[in-house]
Amino acid sequence: MTVTESHTPEPADLAAAPALAVDGLEMSYVVRGTPRKILRGVTFEVRQGEAYGLVGESGCGKSTTAYAALRYLPSNGVIDAGRVLSGGEELTAMSAIELRKFRAERASMVFQDPVQAVNPVLKIGTQVAEAFQVMGQSKAEARVSALAALERVHIAAPESVMERYPHQLSGGMLQRVVIAMGLACDPTLLVLDEPTTGLDATVEAEVLDLVRELRSELNSAILLIAHNLGVIRTMCDRVGVMYAGRIVEEGTVAEVFDNPSHPYTKGLLNSIPRRGLRKTDSELFSIPGAAPPIGASLPNCTFVDRCPIATDLCRTDVPPIVQRSEGHWTRCHHVDRLDEVPEPEKVTVKYDIGTEQVIGVEGVSKTFRQRGRDVPALVGVNLGFAEGETLGLVGESGSGKSTLAKTMLGVHAPDEGGAITLRGRTMADKATSRIEESVRAISMVFQNPDSALNRAWTVRRILHRSVVKLTGVKGAAADRRVEEIAEGMQLSTRHLDMRPRQLSGGLKQRVAIARAFAGDPEVVVCDEPTSALDVSVQAAILNLLARLQNEERSSYLFISHDIGVVRYLADRIAVMYLGRIMEIGATQTMFEGVNHPYTEALLSAVPSVDGVAENRIPLTGSIPSPANPPPGCVFHTRCHRAIAGLCEVTEPELVELSPGHSIKCHLTVEQLNEPIKADVVATLS
Amino acid sequence: MSGTQEAGAPAPTPNESTEDATSTESEVPAEGKKQIRKEQFRVLYTSPGFIIGVLIVGFWIVASVLPGILTSFNPKEFVEAGPRVRPSSEAWLGTDKNGWDVYTRVIYGARKILTIAPISTAVAIVVGTFLGLIMGYYKGWVDEILSRVIEAILSIPIILMAIVIIFTFGRSTTVIIGTIAVLFVPAITRTIRSAAIAESDLDYVVSAKMRGESGFFIVTREILPNVTGLVVVEGTVRLGYAIFTYTTLAFLGFVGGNITDADWGIDVSQNYEQIARDIWWPSIFPAAAIASLVIGVNLIADSIDKAVNS
Repeated sequence: MTVTESHTPEPADLAAAPALAVDGLEMSYVVRGTPRKILRGVTFEVRQGEAYGLVGESGCGKSTTAYAALRYLPSNGVIDAGRVLSGGEELTAMSAIELRKFRAERASMVFQDPVQAVNPVLKIGTQVAEAFQVMGQSKAEARVSALAALERVHIAAPESVMERYPHQLSGGMLQRVVIAMGLACDPTLLVLDEPTTGLDATVEAEVLDLVRELRSELNSAILLIAHNLGVIRTMCDRVGVMYAGRIVEEGTVAEVFDNPSHPYTKGLLNSIPRRGLRKTDSELFSIPGAAPPIGASLPNCTFVDRCPIATDLCRTDVPPIVQRSEGHWTRCHHVDRLDEVPEPEKVTVKYDIGTEQVIGVEGVSKTFRQRGRDVPALVGVNLGFAEGETLGLVGESGSGKSTLAKTMLGVHAPDEGGAITLRGRTMADKATSRIEESVRAISMVFQNPDSALNRAWTVRRILHRSVVKLTGVKGAAADRRVEEIAEGMQLSTRHLDMRPRQLSGGLKQRVAIARAFAGDPEVVVCDEPTSALDVSVQAAILNLLARLQNEERSSYLFISHDIGVVRYLADRIAVMYLGRIMEIGATQTMFEGVNHPYTEALLSAVPSVDGVAENRIPLTGSIPSPANPPPGCVFHTRCHRAIAGLCEVTEPELVELSPGHSIKCHLTVEQLNEPIKADVVATLS
Repeated sequence: MSGTQEAGAPAPTPNESTEDATSTESEVPAEGKKQIRKEQFRVLYTSPGFIIGVLIVGFWIVASVLPGILTSFNPKEFVEAGPRVRPSSEAWLGTDKNGWDVYTRVIYGARKILTIAPISTAVAIVVGTFLGLIMGYYKGWVDEILSRVIEAILSIPIILMAIVIIFTFGRSTTVIIGTIAVLFVPAITRTIRSAAIAESDLDYVVSAKMRGESGFFIVTREILPNVTGLVVVEGTVRLGYAIFTYTTLAFLGFVGGNITDADWGIDVSQNYEQIARDIWWPSIFPAAAIASLVIGVNLIADSIDKAVNS
């Protein structure tokens, strides 16, 4: 960095200058001595008071761009070319002291994981006050300011929160605290890197509401990185689509999402289940291939290898910037041929659900003992799985979804009186004491394939072991079976001799699914199988799961917090809260009709990529501790329709509203159909 | 634990291969394992620390295997220069009170230390890894009991412990190896135990339990291969300490054999009193040999650690 040019912009110039301008930024990471290109000329600006979103698959350079916006680079990051300016001042030319002053006074960053962004041994009050002390306030002043900052981010009882330690707060609360710290300097530029990725949908909605509200209050510019297109749609004014270290399309969110003009943007949007799409309607589109790794040498159009409408021109010439409308441009040679981008295939096969119940969960409760107290994690859960059926299970974290899955799999034993049955016969409680047939009957696909696959084993060994152990097939027959399974998952024989770390996230998840199917199971428990994956890869996995189900006639318990995904795949949906099934019914019914107030709130919290503004019902506070459930209906503390004098006294029964659709609520259908009181929703917007 | 993460780069592993993708997603377009290994080795070979370490350790290995090619004297042979002669062209590092060539004794002294230190380290690593895995996987009372035993061992001063063992079982080489191993097992066990606990929490272990694998299978086949990197690093670090510990025991006269044997620790203890009379060479040079070997091993250990984690 040998920029000699001095920067003393005129005052008028400063006011008009964008809050962030990135100009032809090229960056590399030095890995094991070799520089590897990550950004290949990124240019965009965020005007004052504007929210700008960056989307793209992982590895495309979104986060690197976010860090570079504050010139906050890892030690092996090198800027090769280009400039970063904020308010007319060049960050790329600043000295360490100037940079520190800039970050302290004019810019802030909020990271993905709030738990890692705070110091676990300092009280919240001390940490927030610290942000003000950096600004030159005295200790006493800083404390007052910190209290005000916590109030500003709507933390209930801020005085008591000041005295608590980070581990005593929930994820959503912590993210608010981090935002409060970020706002200490009234930043002109606020960078949010996946601020809601680890949070529940309901908490996510709250945090996004907060950011939106603060934005209008502060008039600061926001750079938002998110892989969730719905979040970008609801939060941002303009969006840039990044691919392989370049922005390939830019425009207002409405323009880009409703009229995508780059094959990549089109592919991304087609790969998410939108507008209530179901597996019975059409497959999801998955962009072929994978995002190139950093440092790869790429042809002139970086997307050409995965582009359905590419021609030789794309390899030889750098694609021009084509204006689509005011402020909306795309970097593509073939804008006129966008119609040729294939639409997802319509589904012709019929999904056939059996009538006989294969696996049953009958009156299962699970009580853990913690520090001498009983903690009921599951309370009287009844579920049944028919052959070839998918049951979607939704609910916030802590509602008992995973405990149910683990109890079914025999990791936990259910309490006395409950049972897991296989075709009417009760299975042993623990996996170790189950007979082979029972062990084979239920298998699991985990959320994170990195954790679920043994890093030291080859794919072949992983699959082989499961085949041998679960089916008893040995020798050459087992080898053949492994290859058959792999083929069914569209894994080539080449993949079989690789280790998990050599595979991409999508392929790893395919291996995990292959392992789950090795024993020919009756029910496969899928615990958030796609939440760690990019949308395009998620589409391929969902297609695979749908196809496998039809071929193998197995049932799924599909746990997910992504309502859109559950809606796409599930035949029936069960909603859990504090270990109880609050509502269960066919997917169609759940999205059309009368819902339990909890379901109603959950469904309203989902940020939609279609930009349909809906009234959101806030779920105030966090889910109560299972160790100390509220009396009466467990949901009454957060319910917007609770009836005083009834709901906090008696627990409602699960009543059937229509065949197959039951809710656990005191309210009648008429009462549930009443429009929500205006004041509940109005507090939001 | 190591090697899977690119330092600093929040992006997936880069790659050079342009293999075609047969499925809808391609493998993290494998810069295969070989490529990573190749680059790791390049980092290793080009680091000055590693080169210096290898030269030092290499020299001592040559000395221990073929001392005859480095010196023409015998360790117990009177040289012409006579006793207590300063370093000169006749006796490179001088001679000691017995008229023995210090250089020759240093060269011959390498063999014993380079036999005992690696063997005792290996024994400690094997036992420590085994115990650590068992404790980390089974947790519960197994872990409780072994943890208390380890704490008990760690609470006794090392020298005291060594004295007790050696005076109980004698001074044979086997006992010395055993003593050093016993001293090292607790630290190794703790390291491996914490790694095994982290591994046991991963879903692949849950998955193995769900398909009904035995604990023995899970520990030896599933978890062990994932902690080998750590075992290697731990081993090289411990080797440095083992050299120290052995020479300490030798200095204190706890190792078997004769006090006239060529042994760095014994030579230091036999000659250090003469430093007061300005005859420093018979004790300082063996001491420097000890230091150089420890530094050499540590340089190699550091470089390996860095390369594995790069």
